[in-house]
Amino acid sequence: MGQVLFNGLYTGAQYALIALGLTLIFSLMNVLNFAHGQLYVLGGFVTYYVYGRMKLPFPVALVASALTLALIGYLFQTLLFRPVMRRSVRDESTMLLSAGTATMVESLVLIFFGEKHRGVPAVISGVYQIEGVFLPKGRLLVIGLSFLFIAVFILFMRYTRPGRALRAMAQDAETACLMGVDTERYAILGWALAAMLAGIAGAMLVPISGVNSGLGNWISIKTFIMVMIGGAGVVSGAIAGGLALGMIESLGYHFFPGGETYLIIFAGLIVFLAVRPNGLMGKAVG
Amino acid sequence: MKCSFKKFLVLSFVVFFVFSSVMGAMAAEKILKIGVLGVMSGPAASWGLVNRYCVEASAEMINEQGGFEIGGEKYTIQIVAIDDRNDPKVAVSGAERLIYEEGIHYIIGPNIAPTALAIVPVIEQGGAISIPYAFPKELYSLPASNSILGMIASYQAGPVIYKYLIDNKGIKSIAFVARNDSESLTQRDEGADAAKKLGLEVLSDRDTYEPGTTDFFPVMSGIVSKKPGLLVLSGPAPADTPLLIKAARELGFEGIISTENAQDAKVISELAGDAANGFISVGGASTPDIRSAYMEEFMKRYEKVAGEWNDEAGTKVYALEIILNTLQQAGPEAITDVAKFKTAMDTFSMPNPYLKDERPLNYIGVPYFGQKRQISVPMVVNIYEDGDFKTLFVGSAE
Repeated sequence: MGQVLFNGLYTGAQYALIALGLTLIFSLMNVLNFAHGQLYVLGGFVTYYVYGRMKLPFPVALVASALTLALIGYLFQTLLFRPVMRRSVRDESTMLLSAGTATMVESLVLIFFGEKHRGVPAVISGVYQIEGVFLPKGRLLVIGLSFLFIAVFILFMRYTRPGRALRAMAQDAETACLMGVDTERYAILGWALAAMLAGIAGAMLVPISGVNSGLGNWISIKTFIMVMIGGAGVVSGAIAGGLALGMIESLGYHFFPGGETYLIIFAGLIVFLAVRPNGLMGKAVG
Repeated sequence: MKCSFKKFLVLSFVVFFVFSSVMGAMAAEKILKIGVLGVMSGPAASWGLVNRYCVEASAEMINEQGGFEIGGEKYTIQIVAIDDRNDPKVAVSGAERLIYEEGIHYIIGPNIAPTALAIVPVIEQGGAISIPYAFPKELYSLPASNSILGMIASYQAGPVIYKYLIDNKGIKSIAFVARNDSESLTQRDEGADAAKKLGLEVLSDRDTYEPGTTDFFPVMSGIVSKKPGLLVLSGPAPADTPLLIKAARELGFEGIISTENAQDAKVISELAGDAANGFISVGGASTPDIRSAYMEEFMKRYEKVAGEWNDEAGTKVYALEIILNTLQQAGPEAITDVAKFKTAMDTFSMPNPYLKDERPLNYIGVPYFGQKRQISVPMVVNIYEDGDFKTLFVGSAE
C-alpha cells in the first residue's frame, strides 16, 4: 500500500500544478481552456529541445519552457481571446475558441516537432527503496518541485500587488475595474501565468514520461476532472482536486487492474457532482 | 541574314526541345493513385504516419526511375493520404473519399481493428483492396476477401517468441499488461491462450492502462510484484513501450520484457535508455545483419521524407512494393478490377528486395484465414541492446 500512496502523491502533485493554470483562467475570465493540455505538451517539447537536443542544463530548459509558454499565453489573450470577448457576449464563443486553439496547437506541434514520442535523459537517476516501497529520485524531484511551484504561486497570489489584483478580478471583475484595477492588463498576466504553469508541468514531466503531440486532449480531460472535484475557480480546490485525482487513480489501478478505474472515476464524479455541484471547495457560479 | 538564320536555328531547336520534353512527359503521365488511410494525429499518430512515410518514400524512389511498368506502360505513383484519427466513422468517410472521389482501388491501412473493420463494407462494395495493420481474423477470412494483413499478427509472433524463451531462457511464468483498446485486449487474450498451451503459468492477464497514460508506475506496481519470468506488453503504442519498460525496471523487475508489435529503437533509447537492454520485439527488415542494399537505400529515402528513421518502417515497407508487383503480374485491368488482383495473388511470388537472402515475397495466410490474405513479411524478432535493435532470430508466419 505504501507504493500505491507514493504513486498517488507523485501523480497528484503534478496534476495539482496542471490544474492551477486551468482554474486561474476559469476564475479570471470564465473561460474553459480546452487547450490547456496542449500548452502542457508544448512546454514539454521546449524542454526536449533545450535540454535534450541543445544539451543545456535542465534548469535553463525549465525557465525556457516557462517563458515560452508565458509568451504563448500573452499571445492567446491579446490576439485571440480579447478580441472575441470584446465582440461576443456569449460564453460559448470563448469555449469554441479554446477548442479551436487546442486543435491548432496540436497540429502545429505535430508539424514542427513530429509524430514521435520524445524523451530526455533523467535529471537525477537512481531509486531509493524504503520498506519495500520504490522511490525513484526523479519522481521525488518532481514532487518537490511541484509543491515548490505551488507554494510560490500561492505566495504570489496572496502577498503581491498583482496577485491581489488577480484575486479581486476573480471575485468580481466589474468591481475590481471600478476600484482601479486594469482588468485588461491583468487578464494578460493571468493568461501568461496559467500557460506558464502548464509549461512548467510539461517541462518537469519530460524526463520521466516524455511527450508527444497527441497527449494534450487526455491531459485536458484529466484537468477538467480535477477542477470539477476540487471546485471550479478556486485555487485551493485545484490543488485538492489534483491530489485527489492522483490518489484515486493510483488506488483504482491497484484495486481494479482491468481498466475500470476511469469508468469508476467518471461514474463517481457524476454522483459526487449531484450531491455537491460546486466540488470540494468551489463557489457557486452564475 | 546570316545572323537571323542562326537565331532561327536556335529558336527551332529550343521549340523542338520544349515540345519533345512536354510530349515525353505527357506520354509518361499515366498516374496510378494509391491511398493511405490511417491514424496520423493524436497519441497514436506515429502508426499511420509511418505507413504514409513508407509509401511516400517508396513512391519517390519508383517515380525517379521513370515510374512503375504495368502492361508495358510506365505509371507515375501518386499517393493520397487521409488521417482517420483512429475513429471508425472518419475511417469510413475516408475510404469512401478514396474510392469514389479519387477513384482509388488500393488502400494501405488502417492501423487498428475498429477502423479496419469499419471500412470492410465500403471496400467490398466499392471494389477496393485494403492492407490493414490490424489482426482480427474476420478481416481476412471468408466472406470478407478484400483485406490483406500487412504484417505479422501477434497470435503468430507470440507463441514463437514464448517457445524461444522457454527453450533458451528457461522462462516458466508470464504476465500481460495491455493497452485498453479492443486490438490490444485481443492480442493479450490470444497471447495468454498461447502461453497456457505452451505450459507457461499465467500470473496476470487482467492489467490494462488507458491510451494516453504517461505514468505507468501505478499500473506496473501490481504486475511486477507477481515476479513473472516474462512480461508481455500487449499492443503498446511506441510512446507507451519505453515508459512501461522504465517503470517495470524502476520497480525492481529483473525478468524479460517483450512485445509482439514493432517498435522504434530511437524512442526507446530516449525514454528508457539502458533499462531497455534485452527488450524483445517483432521488427521488419531493418536490422543491419539482414537488410539488403535496396533496404539501405529505402532507409535513406525514408529519413529524407520523414526527417528521421523509424524502425517500425521495417515492417511497413512491403505494402506498396507487393501491390505494384502483383498488378504487374495481374495486368493493367487489375488497376480497376480487384477481382483480377485477387486471382493473381494465388500464384504471385517475387524475391524479397529488402532482405539479403532474397526469400520469396508472396501471399500467405491459409492456415489462419482459409485463404491467402497476408503478405509474407518475415517474422524478424529483435532484441534491443545499447540504443539499437539486433536480430534475435528470423522466422515465418507460415
